[in-house]
Amino acid sequence: MEYIISKYNYWIYIILMMIGFYAMIAKKNLVKKIVGLNIFQTAIILYFVSIGAKKGATLPIVVYDPANAAGHAIQAVLYVNPLPHVLMLTAIVVMVATFGVALAFIIRIYRQYGTVEEDDILARED
Amino acid sequence: MKLLGMMIVLIVGALLMYASEDMPGWGDPAAPASMHVSPRYIEMSEAETTVPNMVTAVLGDYRGYDTLGETAVIFTAGVCCVLLLRRYRK
Amino acid sequence: MIERVQDVIIETACRFLVPFIQLFALYVVAHGHYSPGGGFQGGCILGASFILICVAYDIEETKRRMTENLNTFYCSLGVIIFAGVGLVCVALGGNYLDYGVLHKIFPVDPAGARSLGILIIEIGVGFTVMAVMISIFLNVASKGKHEDELK
Repeated sequence: MEYIISKYNYWIYIILMMIGFYAMIAKKNLVKKIVGLNIFQTAIILYFVSIGAKKGATLPIVVYDPANAAGHAIQAVLYVNPLPHVLMLTAIVVMVATFGVALAFIIRIYRQYGTVEEDDILARED
Repeated sequence: MKLLGMMIVLIVGALLMYASEDMPGWGDPAAPASMHVSPRYIEMSEAETTVPNMVTAVLGDYRGYDTLGETAVIFTAGVCCVLLLRRYRK
Repeated sequence: MIERVQDVIIETACRFLVPFIQLFALYVVAHGHYSPGGGFQGGCILGASFILICVAYDIEETKRRMTENLNTFYCSLGVIIFAGVGLVCVALGGNYLDYGVLHKIFPVDPAGARSLGILIIEIGVGFTVMAVMISIFLNVASKGKHEDELK
């Protein structure tokens, strides 16, 4: 039982991902689908950032200790892994860009069809 | 449709939870993500770039090319919004 | 469409806050070397200050402070700065975006030249992110027709 419960942090991210995924595939309103996409991307970002965490480590900013002068090497085990943070900065910006362009598309669809419900758009196409 | 969506979501969620048993534990210093090039970035970034913030040093210097591509992505998103929506008065 | 609500408290409070928000945004960009921050974060806060003006007043007031031509210029200025620094590094003899060779034109040692290169590109990224945030918000909020052209 302990072996299963020890990975509970991944379960939280998976539950958040599945909430976003359900909103993307089951809702009929276009804006709700895009909000579901946003939730999904946020869950992915959380998951990646948590991979780089280390127990008992501090922020990835080098701390100047005036007591020990320069000459002490920086130990990699004392600092949190900075690589997932860097990649997720890019992912956040891509999230914002995707959201902006998706909203622009929805406005164009509304201008053309007069509605943002998927069923009405499909019915109006023929 | 919603019932089918709920079933798909539950099956995919269960598969992902089963796959998460192989992932490293939370806060493990010997996780594979922290093993290969990351210790080199942590140890050498202060000496090579005189920037204390490792995230900025990796983002701007070691992975600067990715940041250039990313700036191009957000520029393209801005241009796309203008192209799709903007209507000028003739 | 954003309609103007003539409320003295909202207008005065927002006008009072905007310079401090912009100053904090410039602080976040400049202190990206020493504390969490950098170009993307500072650019978003700068864009948020203009969006606050747009929410408190209307789109005309925002366009009076940041015209559309200037906004488009800032959009491309950031990418030009970023790519331009890379080309300057190639012209000085190194690889593309190899800031170590910048010590030939700035009076610093090669490690400090890398810090300087990172600062220059963070400023460029801040420009682009600010301009794109303002542009996306104005276009999506007004559905394409900024109001002053309806008159």
